[in-house]
Amino acid sequence: MDTMRLGLGGGDLEEAREDKETVLRVEDLHVEVEGRRILHGVNLEIKCGETHVLFGPNGSGKTTLLMAVMGFPRYRVTRGRIFLGEEDITGLPPHERARRGIGIMFQRPPTVRGVSLAQIVALCSRDGVDVEGLAADLNLGDFLSRDVNHGFSGGEIKRSELLQLLAQDPRVVLLDEPESGVDMENLQLVGRAIRKLLQKDLRRRRTRCGLIITHTGYILDYVEADVGHVLCDGAIVCSGNPREQLEGIRRYGFEECARCTR
Amino acid sequence: MHTLREIEERARAAADKPAPYGSDLDLAAYIDEAPERSYVDSLEQLEELGEEELARAGVVKSGRQRSGSFVQIDGSVVHRKALEKGLEILSTREALEKYDWLWGYYWKAVAVDSDKYTAAVEMGPYEGYFMRALPGSRTIYPLQACLYIREPRFVQRVHNIIIAEEGSELHIITGCASEHRIQAGLHLGVSEFYVKKGARITFTMVHNWAEGMDVRPRSGIVVEEGGLFMSNYVVMEPVRSLQLYPTARLVGEGATARFHAILVAQPGSEMDVGSRVILSAPRCSAEIVSRAITKGGYIAARGHIRGEVGGVRAHLECRGLILDERGVIHAVPELEGRAEDVDMSHEAAVGKIAQEEVEYLMARGLSEEEAVSTIVRGFLNVKIEGLPPLLEREMRRMMELSEEKAL
Ligand SMILES: Nc1ncnc2c1ncn2[C@@H]1O[C@H](COP(=O)(O)OP(=O)(O)OP(=O)(O)O)[C@@H](O)[C@H]1O
Ligand SMILES: [Mg+2]
Repeated sequence: MDTMRLGLGGGDLEEAREDKETVLRVEDLHVEVEGRRILHGVNLEIKCGETHVLFGPNGSGKTTLLMAVMGFPRYRVTRGRIFLGEEDITGLPPHERARRGIGIMFQRPPTVRGVSLAQIVALCSRDGVDVEGLAADLNLGDFLSRDVNHGFSGGEIKRSELLQLLAQDPRVVLLDEPESGVDMENLQLVGRAIRKLLQKDLRRRRTRCGLIITHTGYILDYVEADVGHVLCDGAIVCSGNPREQLEGIRRYGFEECARCTR
Repeated sequence: MHTLREIEERARAAADKPAPYGSDLDLAAYIDEAPERSYVDSLEQLEELGEEELARAGVVKSGRQRSGSFVQIDGSVVHRKALEKGLEILSTREALEKYDWLWGYYWKAVAVDSDKYTAAVEMGPYEGYFMRALPGSRTIYPLQACLYIREPRFVQRVHNIIIAEEGSELHIITGCASEHRIQAGLHLGVSEFYVKKGARITFTMVHNWAEGMDVRPRSGIVVEEGGLFMSNYVVMEPVRSLQLYPTARLVGEGATARFHAILVAQPGSEMDVGSRVILSAPRCSAEIVSRAITKGGYIAARGHIRGEVGGVRAHLECRGLILDERGVIHAVPELEGRAEDVDMSHEAAVGKIAQEEVEYLMARGLSEEEAVSTIVRGFLNVKIEGLPPLLEREMRRMMELSEEKAL
């Protein structure tokens, strides 16, 4: 259906990439948190099928950007707009954005007592999702009956978040440091889950896209990214090849990164 | 053994004695007369109460999956029947006539002069149930009991005696309810529980009163060696005032008491609900768990654990959620150690719903309302260990029924 609508039926794949539609567009975004200005003028455009990564020092505003895209009221947009496809979603509450296909993996999700992981997965599931199977894939079979995030280790939280996202199957996947605190073995599981979310192994044209925050870049060994952005002091200072950016940050640090645009 | 005369005297002396908690009620404002209701041999013949009204009190009219039933409307016992061997159900008056030895249990777990309400039960015309599991008897299905108030301004006086003989198991589902349109009414319910050596009683109680009702249950429990008493108490519907503070005395080695309470106070409701356990033999253990939610009403959630000898373990957990700014939750957990080597702890927390949790669920596609309701249900979703599976299912069903209306 999608391809038909876009007039791509049976056309050349290379050509198709050329006119990929923009799924998420962030325009001149200014965000305040509790009266503090955190983001000033972020621009971002993610096209269908693309994976973007976001680098930046601690406290630069990466999480803030994701939270603002998800629409949490604490992250107040004071200027700029957010589009999902053609629709301006700047004023929509989080659940409306979730229902339209944005999904987020939290860096530090809260514990909800008395609500089991199985329950929350069921709540966000599309029809016909094989919850047990997904949980088994993520090695979370024994966790389904536990209160969500209660006493979960850092790595377990990541996998639980991914399980919820897989059940939700959003068009736009926002991942906040998916690999931090995950051991090497589980990193593979996490990597596989993200590949699946982003349809990395799909032969057909992908319909999902994503934005991944990472410090280490380890996740790039599992999930290749198309575009990288460096966020410093609440603004994107560089967009380009993510591998090169990571290399540059490793070698010269973020300070150089920030300087290079001046 | 007290003589009857002694009991009468003590009751009379306490006729004006206020209770330490809860608003003080004027007993003269209520009436003792209610129309006599006729006895029916089978619950299904009961015309006064429909299936739905009974269901609100946890009672199944068909009697299916129950090992016996007791129903009292106002002051009349309209039905009582045990369906399984090893179980007895009588009205307390009948039982006292039938068994001389029962007087040895009469006012032994609850003091007749506790306050004016216990005194009023003794001095007025009372009814109530006697339930007993014979030694070693176990039933798959629970007994059900319903105490219903239909007559406006009626004071329902109830004296229950429940005995689980050595090695027996007794599971009881009981509901108390009143006509919703009742403007005023008073329920005074004395319940004395005796858990003999190695026996077990589970007591699951749902209250469904009306806005004008005042309620003063008075329960005492005595648990002998290796015995277990478990109470699950749920009240979510409006009530004018409710005050209870059941006390379990663990007198035999290795005895256990568990109290779980789920309280939802609607605007205008005043609830003062506590549980007390006195551990007076080695290796006894106790657990008191309460979840309180106010939607505008007042709740005092009390708990008191007294360890009198060493080698006992007890935990008290009291959590409150304020969903309306007019609401008050006052948690009062008390630990009283009277010996070395007691292991007693408590945790208490009162607050509002964490916005962070609401947003977390919203990010998964739930509206704010749905997210709040999910969190609230989760808050009330206390895992109860030790309930037989059938009872646990029943309990869930009853909770869901109440939740639907209350939340
Ligand atoms: N609720 C809040 N109240 C006050 N300040 C906040 C709040 N949330 C975020 N901030 C501040 O906003 C700035 C950006 O935070 P953010 O979490 O977006 O950084 P980040 O780039 O994700 O950092 P990290 O790499 O450490 O995760 C920080 O200085 C942070 O302290
Ligand atoms: Mg962050």
